[in-house]
Amino acid sequence: MATVSVTNISKTYPNGAQAVHPASFSIADGELIVLVGPSGCGKSTLLRMVAGLEDITEGELRIGDRVVNEVEPAERDIAMVFQNYALYPHMTVAKNMAYGLKNRGTSKGDIDAKVREAAEMLDLNAYLDRRPSQLSGGQRQRVAMGRAIVRDPALFLFDEPLSNLDAKLRNQMRIEIRALQRRLGTTAMYVTHDQVEAMTMADRIFVLNAGRIEQIGTPSEIYRKPASTFVASFMGAPPMNLLTATTDGSGNAQVGDLSIPVAAGSHAGAVHLGIRPEEVTVTAGGGVPFQLGLIEELGASRLLHGKIAGQDFTVNAPNDDAGLADTLSLDLPTSSLHLFDGATGQRL
Amino acid sequence: MKRAGFRTISLPMLLLLPQLVIIGIFFYWPAGWAIQSSFYLQDPFGFGSTYVGAENYTRLAGSSEYRKVAWFTLIYTALVTFLSLGIALLLAVKADKVIRGAKTYRTLLMWVYAVAPPVAGFLGLMFFDQNVGPITEFLAGLGWDFKLGVNSFDTATAMVMVAVWKQIPVNFIFFLSGLQSIPRSVREAAMIDNKSGTQRFWDITFPLLAPTAFFLLIINITYALFDTFGVVDTLIKGEPGNNPITLVYMVFRDGFRGGDLGGSSAQSVVLMVLVLILTIFQFRLLERRIHYT
Ligand SMILES: Nc1ncnc2c1ncn2[C@@H]1O[C@H](COP(=O)(O)OP(=O)(O)OP(=O)(O)O)[C@@H](O)[C@H]1O
Ligand SMILES: [Mg+2]
Repeated sequence: MATVSVTNISKTYPNGAQAVHPASFSIADGELIVLVGPSGCGKSTLLRMVAGLEDITEGELRIGDRVVNEVEPAERDIAMVFQNYALYPHMTVAKNMAYGLKNRGTSKGDIDAKVREAAEMLDLNAYLDRRPSQLSGGQRQRVAMGRAIVRDPALFLFDEPLSNLDAKLRNQMRIEIRALQRRLGTTAMYVTHDQVEAMTMADRIFVLNAGRIEQIGTPSEIYRKPASTFVASFMGAPPMNLLTATTDGSGNAQVGDLSIPVAAGSHAGAVHLGIRPEEVTVTAGGGVPFQLGLIEELGASRLLHGKIAGQDFTVNAPNDDAGLADTLSLDLPTSSLHLFDGATGQRL
Repeated sequence: MKRAGFRTISLPMLLLLPQLVIIGIFFYWPAGWAIQSSFYLQDPFGFGSTYVGAENYTRLAGSSEYRKVAWFTLIYTALVTFLSLGIALLLAVKADKVIRGAKTYRTLLMWVYAVAPPVAGFLGLMFFDQNVGPITEFLAGLGWDFKLGVNSFDTATAMVMVAVWKQIPVNFIFFLSGLQSIPRSVREAAMIDNKSGTQRFWDITFPLLAPTAFFLLIINITYALFDTFGVVDTLIKGEPGNNPITLVYMVFRDGFRGGDLGGSSAQSVVLMVLVLILTIFQFRLLERRIHYT
């Protein structure tokens, strides 16, 4: 159990690619943070630098109160769970879990006890003598978890540990991992590109974009107050609607030839006007006109895809069997509108 | 899986015939002939032969020279196998670390494999030449007065060195591709579990390489026993004298030089049995080949 603090850490690969731009943050003891972002944004690179599998080009990394930049992975007191599990194929489940302990001079009795305890927690008792090849994907995933928890490390590192599982198992494991991490109280960094995982598991989410941290915040902060259009459109399914507009600084936004009331701010000029599909309601009339296109049934609700003043727009509407006209009237509550700078995409 | 079958035996037989003919002419016929003639004493001048029963075998068993050559072959095989595997593994591990250079590295080492055994022997001859051989000169610098073809220990050393040199590339290629097929994340997981690189090699890398190593072991034993004929022949310049030779070379010497076809056939039969045992061993191994994934 430990805090992690990172100061101006950056990574440039030998081929000149800058995968991580200088970033600073700290993680509290027992906190689970999720690194999320599109493919290639540097999530794994950042995690692997913390693990010691990748050199830190510049900056300082502390785990607990120790600077570990030059410390071997085995001596950083971390445990990592890999996307493809990375189990030792020639060792049994029990040996896979025991290997790290054995090399740290733990006594045979202690190892056995810890392995049994972990197997109990993860429901692996019946498989201790099997080889990884004789297990299902979900069971392998558990073994990988077991290998991490028997070590009782200061920090867990997860690199997309659930992405090879089917949807049902993924939901189940997500909950289990979260519960286990809470129970053990171990600080954790979790990489995923699945925003549902990010929202449900994280104490805090780090949204990465092209090697930079765009925003750090709790799931609800990220959802309610996205720091940029990137975060707004990346987090949330379906993503936030973004309309290109111009504000006059006195509570009015012009979208094409439509005028939409916004909170009276001082900003005047080009903006992106954001609103979540689930915050929009269909009204009887008098609202913003919406040309309906495709309808996607979700069961509990349905997604109405269409256009406002010629720009793509989606509404998440309750599923009430009512027939829908080609043109609908929408209510865009002023309190639900987000304004982003038209040029930089930053929140205003 | 659905299996297709033939209704009659004649068509499959017809299809197999060319292969069977080739195997028959080039393998079974000479083998059968060798077994037969191992029970006869051939007149050296070709005037017929006499049935002598197992005499050729008993003579072989009692021959101190045969025992000596067998011993030498054993040691030679062990040394060539061990050294060519060991050095190749070492090179492969080093090459694996600099993956980027591996391609050129690989091609460079593979060249040696393209050298035919007698040519390798001839190159060896030049390296170990009494007057201008660079290795002889180098060894002289270390105070070793190296005399190829004169001193039998020196000749044996040269035989081992050339045979090993020739076999390293093929072992290297197999080891390297074996190493590169170990998932990167497995090694990384090991880096987190164990700080000692040497221990990681023996605990993780080597066991994962074991199937490759077993396979190469058989290949290398066969190579050292049989395929080094060309190397031996060239290095001793066709003059066995009191130079060390291997069992295969002895078959050739006694049969074709010495004209003792019966005795040399008996030696071939012994070697055939040896090959048979190795083959059975190899098949057993392939059947049970350790599949981890
Ligand atoms: N060994 C390397 N050498 C050079 N560039 C690399 C190397 N590894 C990764 N990169 C580059 O660094 C960037 C970040 O890669 P990284 O693996 O961290 O992405 P990621 O966010 O984990 O993506 P994904 O979700 O696809 O796993 C990418 O542009 C990638 O091409
Ligand atoms: Mg990744």
